[in-house]
Amino acid sequence: MEIFSLLGDGFAVALTPTNLFLAVVGCFLGTLMGALPGLGPANGVAILIPIAFSLGLDPTGSLILLVSVYYGAMYGGRISSILLNIPGDEPAMMTCLDGYPMAQQGKAGEALSLSGVASFVGAFVATCGLVLLAPQLVKIALLFGPAEYFVLFTVAFATLGGISSTNQAKSAFAAALGLGIAMIGSDSQTGSQRFTFDHVHLYDGIDFLIAIVGLFALSEVFIFLEHHRSNQGVAPKAAKVGRIMPDFGMIKKCIPSMARGTGLGFFSGVLPGAGASLGSFLAYSLEKQAVDRDGSSFGKGDPRGVAAPEAGNNAASGGALVPMLALGVPGSGTTAVLLAVLLQLNITPGPLLFTKNPDIVWGLIAALFLANFILLAMNIPLVGIFTRVLMVPTRILMPIVAMISFVGIYSITGSAFDVMLMVGFGIAGWLLRKLDVSLVPVILGILLGNQMEVNLRRAMTISDGDWFILVGSPLAIVLWMIAIAGFVLPMLMGRRMKKRMESMRDTEEFVGD
Amino acid sequence: MSDRVFGGFGLALAIFYIWAASTIEDSFMVDVVGPRAFPYIVGSIVALCSIYFIIRPDDEPDWPHVHAFAEIVFAAVVMFAYCLALPEFGFVFSTTFATAYLTWRLGTAPLWSLVSGVGTSVGIYVVFHLILGLALAEGPLGF
Repeated sequence: MEIFSLLGDGFAVALTPTNLFLAVVGCFLGTLMGALPGLGPANGVAILIPIAFSLGLDPTGSLILLVSVYYGAMYGGRISSILLNIPGDEPAMMTCLDGYPMAQQGKAGEALSLSGVASFVGAFVATCGLVLLAPQLVKIALLFGPAEYFVLFTVAFATLGGISSTNQAKSAFAAALGLGIAMIGSDSQTGSQRFTFDHVHLYDGIDFLIAIVGLFALSEVFIFLEHHRSNQGVAPKAAKVGRIMPDFGMIKKCIPSMARGTGLGFFSGVLPGAGASLGSFLAYSLEKQAVDRDGSSFGKGDPRGVAAPEAGNNAASGGALVPMLALGVPGSGTTAVLLAVLLQLNITPGPLLFTKNPDIVWGLIAALFLANFILLAMNIPLVGIFTRVLMVPTRILMPIVAMISFVGIYSITGSAFDVMLMVGFGIAGWLLRKLDVSLVPVILGILLGNQMEVNLRRAMTISDGDWFILVGSPLAIVLWMIAIAGFVLPMLMGRRMKKRMESMRDTEEFVGD
Repeated sequence: MSDRVFGGFGLALAIFYIWAASTIEDSFMVDVVGPRAFPYIVGSIVALCSIYFIIRPDDEPDWPHVHAFAEIVFAAVVMFAYCLALPEFGFVFSTTFATAYLTWRLGTAPLWSLVSGVGTSVGIYVVFHLILGLALAEGPLGF
């Protein structure tokens, strides 16, 4: 089997002492960031990119560190869901529904260990799925020409609003805004200066890291400043953790739930525009349909209601890596940030990555497997450490997050102008979030804008200016149909989905998943 | 109403963007579509969406009260001031005050905010600069 030998080479890369150490550090930081409410995987990875980069790690090392943070944050989200009834990140919100009641019944330790196992199962199976599915997708992607790539990017933007989007005009606006920002700087094809207004800082364009850290991390600080008054005085009281070792009888009972959750989660992770939040939502609601039709135990601390969404959300985060690695087109906020990691390292994901840099791809995949085992070990016996960190009040923590964002950006650019630009993005991000404009398409637009334009212009050069090349192949036509369906469907059913998701939660808004 | 204002702003932005795109000069290299076509498409999408916001606005978002709003404006001002202070006074001093301000505004007693400011600033300096070797802003005293 070719895959096994490739994977073996990957493990040889991932198992060097330095990389192993980076994986452990990444898992630890990731779980921490996932556990802290308000700091989701997207924020966590975004803040660490500039820092990993200015540390001068080699590409494989930085990738291993950052994907470990990504997986870790997905594990960590459940900790505050269970103990505080506040989801640590958006995908973990379904875990609150049965996790917190379990904690109130004095079974917090069981809930934590069960969800840890469920996370492991979901993420592990999804990583196996990634190994099998990504190379197949690469074979299809190799058939793509520039015109098909242009349409593929359109699919990504059209579906990014997701099935629960209520106002598609706002998603389209956000995407166009991001694409517009990407145009700033000198044109890669002809060298013309565009939108620079003779301002020397803009000649190289706006660094996407500045936009990401500003839009994701700093806007979160502003949201906190706005809401701290209403949250004051209700310092959450964490439930006692109790017995931590998993109860094997309970785990056995939950195996079918995990299996269903994993399948659904992986599927929604691979699909464009679905992502981890939808994965855990689907896993929970279908699990409820399957085993508890009259609603007697779900929502009251049923362990199956913890296992299914946790397996679902972790499987989705693995599944989301399939289109990101094989096509270079991320389907969610967090994978968009991971794409930023790759671009920052001068690695262009997509089919060529698999043929040109197999060491990076398979090293990354091996690191994912490794991270899973490290996380299982960290999240079951050591979960007590993370619960203690939750006791640090956010009024101290949030400024630290802000300052680390500043440090990261300053250390890569060394310019006060760029740091001010980041503050500007933070304010813009806050305003857009108030107006219910999703920030993920903005980020994706900034990341993909130049590639999208380059592919359009290449296609035009091939066809000598004939725009019909964009619908010139069956593959392109199929992609257009997906794009149109993905854009139109939420208009028809977005409100209903949103209502269903909102009726189950009553917490603050989050950035991406 | 907020959406209408937003739409108006978006429309102005789109018009400005399209105008700015029309002033892009060709260089000695040319290709079939040129450097202006894609910006025109992007600008048109922004314009179309903005017109939609003006015609069919969403429900009003819950804007913060004057107090919380002022809080955000002041925090933004402090952050801008922090950026300007970085090259003048160095990382440790600027960060101490910026952190102390934010911690204070998030509800910590003033004196403890200062303690937390010093702690954060020195902590970041030690971990990121001394241990990990990141370049931080240098003031007149070298830190």
